[in-house]
Amino acid sequence: MAFVVQRPKLTLAERFYLPAIFSGLIITWNHLKRAVFKKGIVTMQYPEEKWDAQLPEWYRGAPTLVSDEHGKDRCVACQLCEFICPPRAITIKPMEIPSDDPWKKVEKRPDSFDIDMIRCIYCGLCEEVCPEQAIYLRKDYSITGLNRAEMVHDKETLYKLGGVRTGLVFKWNELK
Amino acid sequence: MAIPLILNFLTTPWVFLVWTTFLKSFILLNLILGLVSLTVFAERRLSAFIQDRVGPNRVGIPMTLLGGKKDIPLWGLGQMIVDPLKLLLKENFQPASVNGFYYWLAPKLVMIPPVLVLAVLPFGSYLFGIQMTIADLNVGVLYIFAVSSLSVYGITLAGWASNSKFPFLGGIRSSSQMISYELSMGLSIVPVFMICGSLNLNQIINWQVANGWLVFPYWSHGFSPALLLHHPSQILPTLVADFSWQRLLLWIPLLISFVVFLVSIFAETNRLPFDLPEAEQELVGGYHTEYASMNFALFFLGEYAAMIAGSGAIVALFLGGWSCPLIPDGSQPGIPGLFWGLVNIAVFFAKVSALLIFFIWIRWTLPRFRYDQLMKLGWLGFFPIALGNIFVTALILAFVHH
Repeated sequence: MAFVVQRPKLTLAERFYLPAIFSGLIITWNHLKRAVFKKGIVTMQYPEEKWDAQLPEWYRGAPTLVSDEHGKDRCVACQLCEFICPPRAITIKPMEIPSDDPWKKVEKRPDSFDIDMIRCIYCGLCEEVCPEQAIYLRKDYSITGLNRAEMVHDKETLYKLGGVRTGLVFKWNELK
Repeated sequence: MAIPLILNFLTTPWVFLVWTTFLKSFILLNLILGLVSLTVFAERRLSAFIQDRVGPNRVGIPMTLLGGKKDIPLWGLGQMIVDPLKLLLKENFQPASVNGFYYWLAPKLVMIPPVLVLAVLPFGSYLFGIQMTIADLNVGVLYIFAVSSLSVYGITLAGWASNSKFPFLGGIRSSSQMISYELSMGLSIVPVFMICGSLNLNQIINWQVANGWLVFPYWSHGFSPALLLHHPSQILPTLVADFSWQRLLLWIPLLISFVVFLVSIFAETNRLPFDLPEAEQELVGGYHTEYASMNFALFFLGEYAAMIAGSGAIVALFLGGWSCPLIPDGSQPGIPGLFWGLVNIAVFFAKVSALLIFFIWIRWTLPRFRYDQLMKLGWLGFFPIALGNIFVTALILAFVHH
């Protein structure tokens, strides 16, 4: 069925366009004025201003390794994270802890621990699977590099990003 | 020995004319090209502000490249240089199907007319006793119309030579639009000639200096700084003396012709709301879809130079050119003459810049016309209005005005 669109009957002023143009110009002028005096702009100047404080509690950023209150690697090189990692971003080379080490009863620690940040999908399975609570997803999201090699986080970088977390697992503590 | 000879040669009338003209052209051309680049930047920045964005605000002085710690952003003014540089360094890609000769010719044909228009624009009064117009033509306004309407050839040719349907549609739209609005543009300023009695832009401006700007005619004969300083009691009587109802009556057709001319300039320069030849949503990029690199930049440059030339024409015809109330021209000798001459040039460019900002402001306010609306407005709106306006002005001049 044909539908006839009812066109509104325009007054003379409306047909001249000019009043509408002037009111439009006033609207855009007000926007311009607000923007010039920095009130109307909501754009954030990214590298200088960041939204980090508003990141949610559960935000999953870069996976990192943490050390405990004694400065010991939490990781015992069990390689569970390496096996669970869906994109196979983690490569661990375990080593035996020498017998003269104060932490010799832990037996193993990673010799090298690489996470390829080009592959990582930030799924958090490594954090979930870790029996020693050694690997954590922190809130770092701006991970850049000039080449592929730079994008691989080695053990040193991972510990630097992760820092120290205390008071979670005590099973290797001498006092126990 | 040699220096007086050279000076003597340089001050021979025709040699003097030649080298001053060359110097004036060189300076004006560079000023305008700089202004084009500044207008592009202003367009990007103002459009951002109008849409509550930030716009390009980073590119300034790259201190980090020179070993400094921090760049100086300079409100993003570096964009003026970087944008053309980017276009210059791009590959000038020519599609296989185009008609080579016309494809290369078209951008130049778009760019040249607006630059030629600059030749007759009076951009200042006098500097060192030299008139600040490159060519003081007696048919100045006709020259502007003749030359500026040539740019339609470039656009149509670009559309044709691209051998692609969207540019072709853009070119066709452009030619019909320009022809339609050329008429109302030409007719709308006939009242100006009838009142000023001249086609020479300098004489039109001199008339406006004596009688007030054509769109704002309210200060009177004999209203000068001397009067303001020495006879303060005479200010009000002098102002009131020229407020006659005859002048008020003559103001009406001039306002109409100003509006018609302004809108026609918008249509001539393909600015929104009349940018149908390059309507992105319908025609990809319009007539310059197939162009890249500096060829594309020439279209861009032509459009903005046309805006500047059009604003210059509006300023000269309706807004008093380089004149400003209570400011003398630069014809007196010595330092005051030089100072006021420079002030006059600054006043001209200030007026042009204000109009350019108005152009940009309009662009980011109004939506585009539909094609039939555009034609209807041109032929059924402005054409009869401009024609009737001539008769109204003639009647007022014949029967009412003293």
